[in-house]
Amino acid sequence: MNPIVAKILHFIAGDDQADRVVPPTGFTARLTVFAAASMAFLTVFAMALSLATGRLADRWGDELAQSSTIRISAPEGQMDAQMLAVMEVLVTTPGVKDARPLSDEEQHALLEPWFGPDLPLDTLPIPRLIEVIEEGDGYDAAGLRARLAGEAPGAVLDDHTRWREPLVHAAGRLRSLGFVAILLIAAITGVMITLAASAALSANAQVIRVLRLVGAQDAYIARAFVRRYTLRALIGAAVGTVLGMIAIAFLPTADVAGGFLTGLGFQGWHWLWPLIIPPLAALVAFAATRNAALSTLKERS
Amino acid sequence: MIELEDVSYGYGGGTLLTDISLKLAPGSFHFLTGPSGAGKTTLLKLCYGELIATKGRVSLFEHDARNMTRDDVALVRRRVGVVHQDCQFLDHLSVAENLALPLTVAGRSTDPQELRELMKWVGLEAQAGAHPPELSGGERQRAALARAVIVSPDVILADEPTGNVDWEMSLRLLTLLVELNRMGKTVMIATHDMHLIRSAKSQVQARVLRISDHRLQLAGADL
Ligand SMILES: Nc1ncnc2c1ncn2[C@@H]1O[C@H](COP(=O)(O)OP(=O)(O)OP(=O)(O)O)[C@@H](O)[C@H]1O
Ligand SMILES: [Mg+2]
Repeated sequence: MNPIVAKILHFIAGDDQADRVVPPTGFTARLTVFAAASMAFLTVFAMALSLATGRLADRWGDELAQSSTIRISAPEGQMDAQMLAVMEVLVTTPGVKDARPLSDEEQHALLEPWFGPDLPLDTLPIPRLIEVIEEGDGYDAAGLRARLAGEAPGAVLDDHTRWREPLVHAAGRLRSLGFVAILLIAAITGVMITLAASAALSANAQVIRVLRLVGAQDAYIARAFVRRYTLRALIGAAVGTVLGMIAIAFLPTADVAGGFLTGLGFQGWHWLWPLIIPPLAALVAFAATRNAALSTLKERS
Repeated sequence: MIELEDVSYGYGGGTLLTDISLKLAPGSFHFLTGPSGAGKTTLLKLCYGELIATKGRVSLFEHDARNMTRDDVALVRRRVGVVHQDCQFLDHLSVAENLALPLTVAGRSTDPQELRELMKWVGLEAQAGAHPPELSGGERQRAALARAVIVSPDVILADEPTGNVDWEMSLRLLTLLVELNRMGKTVMIATHDMHLIRSAKSQVQARVLRISDHRLQLAGADL
């Protein structure tokens, strides 16, 4: 077995006798478990928020990158000339990857929901549409408009998805805030466990004195405390995580609302993410208690 | 094993002990006397690394006490059994568990048979399951002695081990310590009790040290 894993297992299994050298504390133990559970519960939500806004940002970002359209309304005779002019302009516009006039069938398909299948498209003065595919950071919309106004007065650039751009930024920001929230929760957990462990160490000053008298080394004394708090954090966080995941699972799905708000839950393998919360909580508790114990023991030398 | 050279100590800048030189040779038996407040307990604490001398050199098993870390001191405690004047135990553990504590913290297991024998030896077999607060003063001192010897230390330092017990029990505790000395352990007992010292003299070759006027004197002849 991997020596680190063996060490962790040994730590978790513990040594009954060694555990008993520090008197049990019923009430504060339960408080620590409760606090760890609450923090884990909150972390599940912060995680879900982070992942969901991440998905949102990605999807909106993709749609943004995809396309905008240019609509040309011109008298019958000028239509083809203006189309050519617009295509000419687009070819020389930086940031435009591809441009393609929509075929009659495609235009038909677009209008069908409103006008039904029997629309006599060729007899109606319908504007022509050109789909513009961007690349990189996209093109300069104002510059393109100015050029179109000069070359093809009947052309109108419609970058209809652009209005979402601030939303994509907001979603990205929200994802970062989710991460920050998780970090803060971890920090608060560390602080809380440090305080609890310090209080326990102070309350057990007499016990520590006796242990020292009979030849206990710092690491031994610290371990008696560290193991307790690590296990409490692990158990509490496991309970909190499971409850948090259940709460998320029963969240009403928002996907039906046209995918504008993607469901604020976990999707697919993202459900595995919350499983790292309990070990992380245990790790935070381990570090916090160990630090508190060793520094307290040093102070009281 | 334990050696003090020109050691001085004082709490908070004062002087309590000055120019103390003392060598505890393996297998020796010492008494330490002196009036209350003379510094007997303090001197013992210097001998097991609880206090660090303000002047002079204390060497514990060939190590300079000044350079020892807390963990080194902990290791010294496994070779020096100490019976404290105020016997402190872990009140939430049973007497038996308390006696086994030095083994527990050293990561060693306890042989229940040996533990039972040890408890019988100090007359506490009936109290094995009791908790320390339920013990009488004399029982506490016997328990402290048993705890001090369970790791089979090279040196036993006993601070007023007979402070709370009647004469008969004092003699019994003394006999236990003499027995340990015969087994080769180095023993030092701090006590006021001149009767005890006198009766020890008939059983063992003991040196009597007296702290008076901050100094350590050999006080063998007048007893
Ligand atoms: N931790 C301490 N801080 C300050 N002064 C102390 C401390 N411990 C002991 N003293 C003082 O040092 C002096 C010697 O104390 P010590 O306990 O060594 O005496 P002792 O010879 O063991 O006395 P007794 O026979 O009463 O046990 C006393 O005056 C005591 O008040
Ligand atoms: Mg004393």
